Amino acid sequence: MMMGPRRKAEPVQVVKQRRDATLNALVDGVPYIRYLGITFERKGDELTAVLPFSEKLIGNPLLPAIHGGVTAAFLEVTAIITLSWTFLWDDVESGNINTDQLRDEGLPRLPKTIDFSTDYLRSGLPRDAYARARINRSGRRYSSVHVEAWQDNRERLFAQATGHFLMPQRRD
Amino acid sequence: MSAKIKLARQFIEAIPHSRILGMRLKDLGEGFAVIEMPYSEDLIGDPETKVIHGGAVSALMDTCCGAAALGHPSNLGSTATIDLRIDYMRAAVPGQTIVARAECYHVTRSVAFVRASAMDDDRDHPVATATGAFTMEGK
Repeated sequence: MMMGPRRKAEPVQVVKQRRDATLNALVDGVPYIRYLGITFERKGDELTAVLPFSEKLIGNPLLPAIHGGVTAAFLEVTAIITLSWTFLWDDVESGNINTDQLRDEGLPRLPKTIDFSTDYLRSGLPRDAYARARINRSGRRYSSVHVEAWQDNRERLFAQATGHFLMPQRRD
Repeated sequence: MSAKIKLARQFIEAIPHSRILGMRLKDLGEGFAVIEMPYSEDLIGDPETKVIHGGAVSALMDTCCGAAALGHPSNLGSTATIDLRIDYMRAAVPGQTIVARAECYHVTRSVAFVRASAMDDDRDHPVATATGAFTMEGK
């Protein structure tokens, strides 16, 4: 049973527009993400990073296989964007972050990587790769994030990583 | 320069992604390698400070550690990363070239244990260090 007055639900387009504008501002602002060609797909608050295959990502031309450094970078980008996205989510939902403000003031600072450890489980094939991050601990100063990456089959990971991050302090 | 080192050098210099990042192999010997990567605006990870992305440093570290494993006398000609951990000590100064130096500190028939550090112009304080395990194609 609902008691008392309740804020009227916002139209779905308004909510979607604000979420997508925030995500785009996060991703488009970083030259290295654009350089590797990484994009993000969003379903509600869940993000999936996509790394479309390109010749410039090759590390071993004989196989060919994706460069291990590209794989590590892809996982680290996924961790940082997911962490920032989660950090901003409440402000996006409450409307504290709006599209005009994003354009004028930019976004809060990004988390800084303290350490990042990548396991290479299979060689990266010459095709698109996907990754999702899970935040295992999110504190005021430090966060711990695990990332999984796969290509054709979600159950067959080609890499996984764990990283620790120093969180940005909120601008008041 | 031994024929083996020469071959390893050719292989490393042909890696498409390393070439695109502008990496240059400065030195390669028996179980060690030195590779530098010039600053580029494409590699920026923090638009506000212009500091390069940790991922670009990872690519440099992975290439350098792999080169050290490939250059080791008991490696018969190929290597792959098993795992690689990077510790980020400080932000690299924007505009400065980053130099990585890697060495195999222990090798078995099937694994090379490698560590590396990366510096900008301040050679006394590393930007990042790395430790990793690489496959060895042993006898």
